[in-house]
Amino acid sequence: MNLRARLLMFIAASSAMATVAVPSQAADEKPILIGEINSYAALPQFTTPYRMGWELAVEEANASRGPNDRPIEVTSRDDSGKPDETILIANEMLNDQHIEVLTGGFLSNIGLAMSDFALRSKIVFVAAEPLTDKLIWEKGNRYTFRVVPSTYMQVKMVVDQAAKLPARRWATIADNYELGQVGVAQFKEQLKAQRPDVEFVGEQWPALGKLEAGSTVEALAAVKPDAIFNMLFGAELNRFVREGNQRDLFTGRDVVSLQTGYPEYLDAMKAETPKGWIVTGYPWEQIHTPEQDAFVAAYRKKYNDYPRYGSVVGYTTMKATIEAIRKAGSTDPEKLISTLRGMEVTSPFGPIMFRPQDQQSTLGLYVGKLDMKDGRGFMTDWKYASGKDLQPSDDFVKARRPAEASK
Amino acid sequence: MSLLQVRNISKTFGGVQALRGVNFSLDEGQLLALIGPNGAGKSTCFNVLNGQLRPDSGNIILAGRELVGLNARQIWQHGVGRTFQVAAVYGSMTVVENVQLALLSKGRGLLPVRRSTSHYFRSEALNLLEGVGMHIQADRPASILAYGDVKRLEIAMALANKPKLLLMDEPTAGMAPKERHELMQLTCNLVKQRGMSVLFTEHSMDVVFSYADRLIVLSGGTIIAAGDAQSIRNDPAVQEAYFGTGKTFEI
Amino acid sequence: MSLGIGDVLVQLLNGLSYSSFLFLVAAGLSVIFGVTRIINLAHGSFYMLGAYLAVSLTTLFPPTVIGFWGGIVCAALVIGLVGVLVETLVLRRIYEAPELVQLLATFGILLVIQNVTLKIWGTEELFAPRAPGLTGSLRLFGRSFPEYHLVLILMGPVVLGLLWLLSYRTRWGVLIRAATQDRDMVGALGVNDRVLFQVVFFLGTMLAAFAGALRIPVDTINLQMDLSVLTETFVVVVVGGMGSVLGAYLAALLIGLLHAFGIMIFPKITLVLMSLVMAVVLVFRPYGLLGKPEGAARKGILAIELPIKPGSLSFNVFWLGVLVVLLVAPMVVGSYLQTVLIEILILALYAASLHFVLGIGGLPSLGHAAYFGLGAYAVALATSLLGVPTLTSLTIAAFAAVVAAAIFGWFCIRLSGIYLAMLTLAFAQIMWSIALQWVDLTGGDNGILGLYRSPAFASITAYYYLVLSICFIAVLIMRHLVFAPFGYALRAARDSVLRTEALGIDVRLHRWIALIISGGFGGLAGGLQALQKGGAFPDGLSVSQSIDALVVILIGGVQTLVGPIVGAAAYFGVKTEIMRYLGDSWQLVLGLTIILLVVLFPQGIAGFVKQRAAR
Repeated sequence: MNLRARLLMFIAASSAMATVAVPSQAADEKPILIGEINSYAALPQFTTPYRMGWELAVEEANASRGPNDRPIEVTSRDDSGKPDETILIANEMLNDQHIEVLTGGFLSNIGLAMSDFALRSKIVFVAAEPLTDKLIWEKGNRYTFRVVPSTYMQVKMVVDQAAKLPARRWATIADNYELGQVGVAQFKEQLKAQRPDVEFVGEQWPALGKLEAGSTVEALAAVKPDAIFNMLFGAELNRFVREGNQRDLFTGRDVVSLQTGYPEYLDAMKAETPKGWIVTGYPWEQIHTPEQDAFVAAYRKKYNDYPRYGSVVGYTTMKATIEAIRKAGSTDPEKLISTLRGMEVTSPFGPIMFRPQDQQSTLGLYVGKLDMKDGRGFMTDWKYASGKDLQPSDDFVKARRPAEASK
Repeated sequence: MSLLQVRNISKTFGGVQALRGVNFSLDEGQLLALIGPNGAGKSTCFNVLNGQLRPDSGNIILAGRELVGLNARQIWQHGVGRTFQVAAVYGSMTVVENVQLALLSKGRGLLPVRRSTSHYFRSEALNLLEGVGMHIQADRPASILAYGDVKRLEIAMALANKPKLLLMDEPTAGMAPKERHELMQLTCNLVKQRGMSVLFTEHSMDVVFSYADRLIVLSGGTIIAAGDAQSIRNDPAVQEAYFGTGKTFEI
Repeated sequence: MSLGIGDVLVQLLNGLSYSSFLFLVAAGLSVIFGVTRIINLAHGSFYMLGAYLAVSLTTLFPPTVIGFWGGIVCAALVIGLVGVLVETLVLRRIYEAPELVQLLATFGILLVIQNVTLKIWGTEELFAPRAPGLTGSLRLFGRSFPEYHLVLILMGPVVLGLLWLLSYRTRWGVLIRAATQDRDMVGALGVNDRVLFQVVFFLGTMLAAFAGALRIPVDTINLQMDLSVLTETFVVVVVGGMGSVLGAYLAALLIGLLHAFGIMIFPKITLVLMSLVMAVVLVFRPYGLLGKPEGAARKGILAIELPIKPGSLSFNVFWLGVLVVLLVAPMVVGSYLQTVLIEILILALYAASLHFVLGIGGLPSLGHAAYFGLGAYAVALATSLLGVPTLTSLTIAAFAAVVAAAIFGWFCIRLSGIYLAMLTLAFAQIMWSIALQWVDLTGGDNGILGLYRSPAFASITAYYYLVLSICFIAVLIMRHLVFAPFGYALRAARDSVLRTEALGIDVRLHRWIALIISGGFGGLAGGLQALQKGGAFPDGLSVSQSIDALVVILIGGVQTLVGPIVGAAAYFGVKTEIMRYLGDSWQLVLGLTIILLVVLFPQGIAGFVKQRAAR
């Protein structure tokens, strides 16, 4: 994309930012206001396509609105990357702008803060991208539903593959913050359960956003692992991969890496794409299901761009939220909760359901291996890991989720 | 009996000997001037006396007490008042508040917190200001005073502690001749009234020769002459030191 | 873990490479500070611009060795000119302004550059190809080592050498060195100091941009680069000694090597390493490794102010009116506006507690968040673990902050100026790392959620009155202290330490007590905030939390006692409205607003009104 196009797109996007207005709005129809908060400034790589995704969902919903449906309006704000700012904004949305449902979230800590706010304020919160297991389990509450696969599910997808590898000596690398810590702990636990013979010989914990790739790669190589589990993403991932490639860190070693197949991150790696890594991702150009084709076509038509994983998350979150409101025929939180529990909705990845046990959706992800051709990375040998198949036993969930949350 | 005895003070800075065994004494009620060409060691000597610098060796005895090793605050406690070359009063306070603060100081511990400053020592402060002729300006901000008045205020602050010894670093620097004489006349009067001693450094020979009871001439870190104005004026070593460096006595 | 000699040697090279990088960014900041005494928060922004422009240029130029290095050098030169432009348009107007005002101006520049970069290059991360001619690796000690890193390793000493040649072998260098020692001297040398400052800014920003441009073959270029490099840069410059280029190199070496070997033994040390090094160095060497004590401040951190005095009748009537309005507000406004008022009151208390040491005491703390965050965590832990009622938990918060302030303050009172600022920052950062790392106690970056107030204060209105009364009493106490001799001693020490010590006043003791009082009220504000939000988060301890208080004070005006209150209302209002209506452009608008405010009203809003009233 050239500079001018980018600039125009930016202007278009920012003017659409504050509120997505409804095309035709009769005077007596008061629109349903949905509040949406996300890390737009801090994580634009993900949240820009994410916003484009939910805007598409709002547009579709308003176009297909039945005679009894109130139009949908979304008020969207940046969370400044801070939980306490987020609570303030959510409070303003609720008490000043009078939103009826809350959505959004990327960072786990902000997701948890929004969830706590939802519980206090008795408003339904459909969480988009926060991954932490606590959101639905230890800190789960009645008002919080989540769309994307949890850390547990994401790890489970790759552990099944990792367990098949011959590797016994594993090393891990993740950012030194909650998601990294929990993800690595989950991976160790789940892999050990399947393969008691593996040992974890080293770990690296760069400060979030501050990876010093050269020395970190070297420190990993020094423990001579057979395989590496990686949770770095975005800018740090690129840095890590290039240094690793140049220092032969990945030669003769298996790597299991979460989220690396997201177009957001994969496309930037270009010729550095490491072949053979086991990753989770979204090989959008290779998937041909009716749902996916329809989504890509609509997305292309609206934006003249291809969807990223963020687009799917944004689209699905907003679509599920709106459908729940329409099905419940109300935004009364109690009605919405009972509607959302067990509700089915069609995502670009096919039908998904919000589990009544823990209010987690069964949206899955694609697991496959990385390959590279003509300086472009892509996923190969991929398959869809449906969220249905990645769940722990109900007793496992019950032991973790507060009883209050399931009333 | 001498109030202050300076014995064999030496100080080097990175190989440069700024003071080499300086000895002198100061009697009660005396106005002693410390003079010398630039780089002679005047400032070093002065800063050693006021505790800003610690000498490499030597003693400073004030009324029988050793001052070497004490910090500025402890030296103040021993009854040494001080004025600065560039007058340092508190611009963010009024004239009388400057003096009140000086009166409040006890040398250790915290200043009071119970009542506002206006309740403490206001009349005493006004008295001190009257002594230096500043009471009319008591409630003006110190930042807008004329420079001569700032100097007087500084003296009033230094007097708050009833000092035995007042150290004045170039008291008349930057002042017009008339102001100079007014200030030095004031200083002489205070010395007489309060029976204190004054040690000052000075560039203006006019001031030095008119007001100092005794003079000490430093050059190259040592005392090359000491005595009253007349003997210093005629001392060949002093003339050598000054005229040798191209300086002339200002008249 | 068994380490071979090869591991150690290669890790040594990695440490050197990281050191070179740190030095290259820091060198420019050091040069700029040395001459202009401006603490340039926008330094990281020039680094980022250099990287972005280098990606564009190297893509535009042919992918050859000459094309690549040509692109790097051109990018550095062009951004150097941008630096000159910024200096000419903004900074030139505020050289005489107080240091903190300059700091705020550069913060505004940072925001503007960030937004402009976003608008030019978009949000997508850029990942440049490897450097032509240096794509491969060498075999060293049985391992592969990227060739490009060898260039990086060499670049540090090379730039250090060039800077040395420049400063000792050229006329401009002599002038820069002279100006570093005494800015007034330059005027005496008959040099146009405007031109000199432009040259220095060109040099400094060019170095930053060069460092950024050099990163493109090893790093992804993104919009977060500016801030993420900024703290590192400041740590290096301060640890080395402000204005000492050689010191910066030594500091970079120290940090680079400690990092390289540290992570092999303690992988989780990454979070806290920088702050630890800085704290240790500053405790033992208060002016950094090679820094010299700052000469008597030319203008102090604040401008000369008029005497404080109890407000005039109309002033008191006005504030009494404000109090009455605040008292009856809950009967008139809804719960949302009550929340807003609570936020403003807490922010005002937090800023006022900083103002007590900064405005009154003249101690530029960059780490006030340490107390705010600690107070928040103390309330959260006391409530969730011990189940104590609201008022008790707030008392615990204030007490915890008092204890922390007593410990940190004891080290801080030995320092002044930028070094003090950086030591306070280091302490706050260490607290922040602990909050992130001690997951079992603090919940890590999730913080502690789910706090509830005692039933008596559960309703928003009841809590509003609690916050209002606490803030009112706290502000009154601080005001009383300011007018008491204790406060006079603080201001005296701020105006002149030498004079004050010579008056027999124990400057350090007064400052220490002031830091403790200020910390206690800061902790109280944090505790109130935690109970308002229902949680405590590591952000409460972060740099940006500290900067918030600074911005509030500077907007309100450092010289006035009501400055923090006015500033809190203004800052909160502006920020909320900007964020609400401007979307992505908020940084640009906020940045430009700050710059304009600073250039037009260097005394702050309340200061401006006071000045007008005094006329």
